[in-house]
Amino acid sequence: MKQYDKLIFELSKSGRRGYSLPQSSHTEYSLEELPSFARRSEEPLLPEVSEFDVVRHFTNLSNKNFGLDTGFYPLGSCTMKYNPKINEDMSNLEGFTAIHPLQPAESMQGALELYYNLQRSLAELTGLSEFTLNPFAGAHGELTGLMVMRQYHAKRGDTRRTRVIVPDSAHGTNPASAAVCGLEIVEVKSTARGTIDVDDLKPLLDDTIAGIMMTNPNTLGIFESEIPEIARLVHEAGGLLYYDGANLNPMLGKCRPGDMGFDIMHINLHKTFSTPHGGGGPGSGPVGVRAGLEAYLPNPHVSKLADGSYTIDEGTDSLGSISGFIGNFGVMVKAYTYILSLGKENVKNVGPMASLNANYIKEQLKDCYELPISGVCKHEFVFDGLKDKSTGVTTLDVAKRLLDYGYHAPTIYFPLLFHQAIMIEPTETESKETLDEFIEVMRKVAKEATEDPDTVKTAPHTTLVGRLDETTAARKPILNYRDLIAQ
Amino acid sequence: MSYKYIPHTQSDIDEMLKAIGATTVDDLYSDIPENMLFKGDYNLPESMSETEVRHFIGNLSHRNQVCSIFAGAGAYNHYAPSVVGHIIERSEFLTAYTPYQPEISQGTLQYIFEFQSMMSELTGMQCCNASMYDGPTAAAETMMMCVTASKKRNKVLVSATMPAHVLRVMRTYAHFHGIDLQEVAAVEGVSDLDAIKVAAAAGDVAGVIVAQPNRYGIVEDYTGLADALHSNKTLLGMYADPSALAVLKSPAEWGADIACGDGQTLGMPLSCGGPYVGYMATTKDLVRKMPGRIVGATHDVNGRRAFVLTLQAREQHIRREKANSNICSNQSLMALYATVYLSLMGRDGMKEVNASSYANAHYLHDELCKSSHFKPAFDKPFLKEFVLSTDLDIEKLQKHLLANGIFGAVKVAEGQVSFCATENNTKEEIEHLLNVIKSI
Repeated sequence: MKQYDKLIFELSKSGRRGYSLPQSSHTEYSLEELPSFARRSEEPLLPEVSEFDVVRHFTNLSNKNFGLDTGFYPLGSCTMKYNPKINEDMSNLEGFTAIHPLQPAESMQGALELYYNLQRSLAELTGLSEFTLNPFAGAHGELTGLMVMRQYHAKRGDTRRTRVIVPDSAHGTNPASAAVCGLEIVEVKSTARGTIDVDDLKPLLDDTIAGIMMTNPNTLGIFESEIPEIARLVHEAGGLLYYDGANLNPMLGKCRPGDMGFDIMHINLHKTFSTPHGGGGPGSGPVGVRAGLEAYLPNPHVSKLADGSYTIDEGTDSLGSISGFIGNFGVMVKAYTYILSLGKENVKNVGPMASLNANYIKEQLKDCYELPISGVCKHEFVFDGLKDKSTGVTTLDVAKRLLDYGYHAPTIYFPLLFHQAIMIEPTETESKETLDEFIEVMRKVAKEATEDPDTVKTAPHTTLVGRLDETTAARKPILNYRDLIAQ
Repeated sequence: MSYKYIPHTQSDIDEMLKAIGATTVDDLYSDIPENMLFKGDYNLPESMSETEVRHFIGNLSHRNQVCSIFAGAGAYNHYAPSVVGHIIERSEFLTAYTPYQPEISQGTLQYIFEFQSMMSELTGMQCCNASMYDGPTAAAETMMMCVTASKKRNKVLVSATMPAHVLRVMRTYAHFHGIDLQEVAAVEGVSDLDAIKVAAAAGDVAGVIVAQPNRYGIVEDYTGLADALHSNKTLLGMYADPSALAVLKSPAEWGADIACGDGQTLGMPLSCGGPYVGYMATTKDLVRKMPGRIVGATHDVNGRRAFVLTLQAREQHIRREKANSNICSNQSLMALYATVYLSLMGRDGMKEVNASSYANAHYLHDELCKSSHFKPAFDKPFLKEFVLSTDLDIEKLQKHLLANGIFGAVKVAEGQVSFCATENNTKEEIEHLLNVIKSI
């Protein structure tokens, strides 16, 4: 295929057009009537291209992208599972896409029923009492969940609780969400096995602690077996437990956050419930709470009335609104379609098969990659770089070399506990054959690192572009077409 | 246990367990306390075949009333050419992760660069980010950015003419983030610029955020506001409809330091409230204070032009507990939606969208005001959305419209409703609405 490197602006030719619009019948009204203060003087520079130009341009761009449908994504903590096509079809039904969010409830009962059923399904799958589907993403869910936590304490008149405990292995958004929520972060240390150090936790628990944020299994793929004790200690101290649902996938069918003692959690529908990542969104980050906390969830909220109809209501104890309307509805249709497709029987195999896949890769590769924490993992695990450290080949090099072999790279340099972290999560939708091929390539890269380190250090070699000059990009930012042509 | 989304055969499972050194899959969960394991049956429906799912979800979709839309209030009925939907469904875009590996993500990175370019053109601002969740959260982030940029000030003013759904989200973020957000009451449907200037003169205001068009659809006159604020080192944030900016004075022309808003107006489906896309744009001076992802142009080791996520030192994954924002993704696919839409429409198409919306809305406005039940609430210029005072029971009015296949007359206040018309409302639809109203 030919190398395509045009910007849409570079296809522009004065006089071309890519649209056809109906003429208004009311030409007696003209924009020229707007007062001069209202009208812009400088024309926006937008491309003038034909419809076919647009189709070819973006199709060519799509060919420069790697997606899940292209190949395997062993991307830790991202749960890159197959995105079923039927989900897309259902989400695109006109009976959903053409509905205005402010239409009266009686004119959108089908949408509200779907929304309500998804709330109930998530509550069932997590062992919690009630959900909001309003948050737009995982980090947005974290922020919303922490607002619930603060609202709970505030409504009890407990205003001293301004600090939240976050493990040093946490996802980067955890402390960021806490900071945005106006909470001070207290870090709790990990044991050598990467789990929370209960002895380090105990002295932190006083009456200024609003709660703790945990990921379970944690970012090393290790289940926090001390969770009953942690839950007891935090609750005794008057705090709440927040569950970061980024790693929920291995728990599906085996263990529910509500049963572990968690009070609040978020779910990434774009991870566990198969909705596409879309190159970075739109996602959806529903937040669930245990009984007693429902009233603090954000407005608006979808409920079922005694007569069986559905309504959108607002609560007075609610933390307020965190979204313009009721969230990314289109994403919810996809997640609910997925749950109905799986059904109660197949959902039980999701977690176990995800964990089986992860453990399989780990055991097949631990002789050539450094496995800092041995034993059984859940859906993901972390290597601390190559076992042979003498070659100078880094984790970044390994990741880039994988691109040459047609794989997306794993998550790298996270969690921060290990300097050369390579975090691998295969998900349950990958077959043994795919895993075997990946394992073979990983072994090959390890061998290359010893025998031909330069090839690995200068990878990738077969991609459309090579390694990028990120330093210049940051030092002299070129952030749009105008910057580019001004060069 | 064979299921279409889980490829494991029994022999696969057996071989894999053997390689791991486990006997059963349950062994992989032996570290979980026994009493925490879920052993029951989920209270969920049994697995549905694809046909059954299609019927089930299809039936739910049929129980929503697809109306002629004459409402705005944060979600607008604009037309998008067929091409847009086809492009965003391409799986190379749809199923890609965030472009952390630029060598295999040039498609995503380039369209984000094009999105940033187009939004910079519409807003007139020097730098736009890769998109935000929606307009209201972008406005909340604008408020927080004002405080971050000012370093020592914690007060932000917002004009009460900000759309209601935006104001609600700003209040929530302000409350929890500890920002002193003060609302400046409107005067006859527009911002009280004198009151804002007086308040800013106290010297403790980090930023002022206004809307264009405002919650009543009115195009406000912000002449002199930016200069007055800047003389007090106060930033001006403007919440602006990017579709309307094709013809309206841009935030940059008004002297704004930050522009934000909702890209839903760029042809996105109403979709019961989402997904839409927020945007944020600012000046070169402030770009390092702006949250969200940003894509920049650079070159690869062979000198070939390429694109990459840049200025990441601002991002939460480095700042962690010192973060001023926790956004770590964008609304990427919807940014692609906006980019494809704007590519097709171009400058002339965007002008036509606005011209037709203006003509349809003004015709509707004037015809409605011929009825004894409606009169203009404000005598101010508007583009496609307007507010009327009415003596009708608003709930009954809405129901009457719905019974005739129309959604309109959104309640703005007691005795006040808003209508909206766009290029996507046909002549027949408008006449139908007018006839239905006449029949009251």
